[in-house]
Amino acid sequence: MYMMDLPLYGTKNASAGLPSHKKDRILPLQRLLLQKECSCRELAKAYLSAAEKSPLNAYVLLTAEKALETADRVDQRIAKGETLASLEGIPMALKDNLSTEGIPTTCCSKMLKEYIPVYDATAWKLLKEQNALLLGKANMDEFAMGSTCETSCFGSTLNPYGKDRVPGGSSGGSAAAVASGLAAYSLGTDTGGSIRQPASFCGLVGIKPTYGAVSRYGLIAHASSFDQIGPMAASAMDAAIVLDSIAKPDPMDPTCTGAPSSAVKALGTSLKGIRIGILREGFQGSRQEIRDAVLKTAKVLERMGAHTEECSVPLLTEGLQIYYVLACAEASSNLGRYDGIRYGYTPAPKEEEGWRERILRARSEGFGREVKRRILLGTFVLSAGYYDAFYRKAQALRRSLTQQLKSALESFDCLLLPTTSTAAFPLGMLGSDAVENFEADFCTVAANCAGLPALSFPCGITLEGLPIGAQLIGKAFGEPLLLNLAWQYEEASSPVPMPPVFAEKTAGGVSLGKLGL
Amino acid sequence: MENWACEYEMVAGLETHAELSTATKIFCGCSTAFGGAPNTHCCPVCMGMPGSLPKLNQKVVEFAVLAGLATHCRINLYSRMDRKNYCYPDLPKAYQITQFEHPICENGWIRLQNGRKIRIRRIHIEEDAGKLLHEGESIRIDYNRCGVPLIEIVTEPDIRSPEEAREYVEELQKILRYLGVSDGRMQEGSLRCDVNLSVRRQGETDFGERTEIKNMNSLSNMVKAMEYETRRQISLLEKDTPILRETLRYNVEKGKTESMRGKEGADDYRYFPEPDLPPVILTEKDIASIRQALPELPEEKYQRYTEKYHIPPSDTRLLIKYRSVAEYFEKAAHGLQNVKTAANWILGPIFARIPTEAEKERFAPAVSPIQLRELLQLLESGKIPLQPAKQILEKMLDTGESCGRFITKEQLSPLSEDVLREACQDAIRQLPQAAEDYKNGKTKALKALLGMVMRSTKGRAPAKDAEKYLMQYLE
Repeated sequence: MYMMDLPLYGTKNASAGLPSHKKDRILPLQRLLLQKECSCRELAKAYLSAAEKSPLNAYVLLTAEKALETADRVDQRIAKGETLASLEGIPMALKDNLSTEGIPTTCCSKMLKEYIPVYDATAWKLLKEQNALLLGKANMDEFAMGSTCETSCFGSTLNPYGKDRVPGGSSGGSAAAVASGLAAYSLGTDTGGSIRQPASFCGLVGIKPTYGAVSRYGLIAHASSFDQIGPMAASAMDAAIVLDSIAKPDPMDPTCTGAPSSAVKALGTSLKGIRIGILREGFQGSRQEIRDAVLKTAKVLERMGAHTEECSVPLLTEGLQIYYVLACAEASSNLGRYDGIRYGYTPAPKEEEGWRERILRARSEGFGREVKRRILLGTFVLSAGYYDAFYRKAQALRRSLTQQLKSALESFDCLLLPTTSTAAFPLGMLGSDAVENFEADFCTVAANCAGLPALSFPCGITLEGLPIGAQLIGKAFGEPLLLNLAWQYEEASSPVPMPPVFAEKTAGGVSLGKLGL
Repeated sequence: MENWACEYEMVAGLETHAELSTATKIFCGCSTAFGGAPNTHCCPVCMGMPGSLPKLNQKVVEFAVLAGLATHCRINLYSRMDRKNYCYPDLPKAYQITQFEHPICENGWIRLQNGRKIRIRRIHIEEDAGKLLHEGESIRIDYNRCGVPLIEIVTEPDIRSPEEAREYVEELQKILRYLGVSDGRMQEGSLRCDVNLSVRRQGETDFGERTEIKNMNSLSNMVKAMEYETRRQISLLEKDTPILRETLRYNVEKGKTESMRGKEGADDYRYFPEPDLPPVILTEKDIASIRQALPELPEEKYQRYTEKYHIPPSDTRLLIKYRSVAEYFEKAAHGLQNVKTAANWILGPIFARIPTEAEKERFAPAVSPIQLRELLQLLESGKIPLQPAKQILEKMLDTGESCGRFITKEQLSPLSEDVLREACQDAIRQLPQAAEDYKNGKTKALKALLGMVMRSTKGRAPAKDAEKYLMQYLE
């Protein structure tokens, strides 16, 4: 479908001449607004009411009033014929660990249920400045600790492809919202795979940017040296547009100092000469149909001009151990501040209770099991007498793993592997088995350890009808290439079908069918 | 001292926290001003609100390097922030950002008057915590001080007496004030000392078990606490009771050190590298440019004043104790032949009007150094004699005005030659013995005659001329 008849403000130059892909949403929605086929208010209402009716529990909070205010602002600007920014008026969701001024930000934890930030996260601020249409805050695993969205204090989100399945985690709500048509795109956060794994489970493009490409200011920290914010979208184009808007150096985050070049501009460029390493260890333990789908993806990319070849990063198999020691250590320290004194969960007062006992009770009652487990684990590995055996050793291994990945990336432009070894698993299956929970991150943690960008894109569907994700790991600030590969794959293949619970005719009388959804 | 003093030796090392006088906090733009209404100098960063991130104030790095250079430290080109994890209500992040494994400065020293060097093991950068305000049953927390930058200066166990400790701290205060990196006020808490102290028998080379006395807030209390703790440890040793390694506080009312409770059982701070901040990387060029900003330090001034100007050591110490006094002195003495007069007048009549240490530290007498110099020049050139000049200085100090207004015609206009000659002849007549002595070669006798001339002319006689005429008449 070609829709090049209207000027596209904001993204005009970048996307000019590219064919629209079936799953693109941002540009078609903007076209709809500019052609005045519907007002931004109507669009907002349609999405909000669909979200309200949705059985998926993707949102933990809808910000209807604020959304309508924004929509009106956008409508006024359209009426005046003003140029729209690339994400202006486009409905979106934010993971609930991204600080929003005046809007509760809970990390889906009882601990922060009442917490309302006094400032905006930088990534959100950049979107807000564009009049992005925030619909609400998306469900997630408590403090982003989990791979299923089941540790949320608001209950699990359901996978749009099967209501008995998890959406993945921790950005499960962000994924389900986009996959089910309740947001055009969303922001998630990825500490050990929390964008890519749910993107894979919900048939989306999800990208964890290079560490330091997107500001972490206002992202409620899980593990500071791993956390990154990134887009979750229905197509490579959408993800690229969002990434271009949020990847900017930020003086408020001293670790955010670089930015990739424009990803949108890279889309559609030739794959001739691009070398993709098929990362052998990444396939360990993968189901056959996952393995086949990812290898088939390699063939497609080869047909598009890329060269593929098997390669090895032996330490990839140690990724989980490295990650869980270090991430828990950092988390134990990051979460120390939740004491119920200044904000957050305050236990009912008890007489004769000193401040220490009160903090103890606030934390015992406010945190869920998984969070407590990780705090304990992290506290243990940092303790005197264990530091060298665990933390220091893991740090050294992290450096070696990074080295191995980087040296593989000297021979290849990027590495290909599955995002997950299985498709979305049934609700409750992982239960509280810590090790099984951790293993869900086997394919994704390495990119976080090394701070490298990694992208998951849908590359097939299982016999059960669940999406399969392929993962690309790139060089530092190599996001444009990764997104181009995902775009080229979309160009060359038929898209993964929409989930059955897709909000097809997002209600409110707006025929979103026009969007080719 | 008591008799144990000769049998035992005290060994101490100091950890000194100095608040840096940067305008803003170490990790955010909030003001560091002391005394604001509670919780008015706060933001999401220093309050440790979820999602906020620190960014290192470069001025803090610069100040720490200045302190390191002034205390002869090695400046590390690579240093790093670490997290020190502990739970206390005044610490909103539940960790303090400090430097543990890689401090910014190492291996320096400060020299004492007795020539001994107190070695400095390290100087590192860290953030201060908030303050608990106890109000009856409840505790309130003021976070204004949260994130105020500190440097911690840690010595080797080189201190051998409470007096050495006092001198070390005074010397350190002086250096920090000269550098302008800290006001070093113990009473306001901008300088705080922890003392690690042990005792051993004279001649022994191993250290005894030590205790740590926390948070000394004045030098006199520090000295008292160290004296008490030394006695306490010796009496334990005398009784063969082992000394426990513990943290103590000094109870001023009781004059005793006592065990502190309430801190987490075992001190396990679970240090690890602060992931939110990149390492602190300096180049030799950076250090060189910071070095350029080093003022002349007290030690160097001491050398110059005593050796070049021949000012007595005790006066020199008073002059250099505060940078503002030393600078005043140098301005006032600029171009004078006898700078000692400037020193005497500052330490005499001017200091007499500035009794407190705080005022001396600010040092802003009513008379500017230029005004003082003007007067001293008139004195030196003989245009005004000594006594009237002193009176004029008092008037200047009363009013803040320059000397011109107070010099009467009588004082300024020199005596006519005739009157002076007459006064000299009178003096010789009145002190025949002195005149005789001088003629016999006792040149000192001239002083007595000169004194007589001065008295008879009420100090108006220009000394040089009077001397000349006296010598003429005595030949």
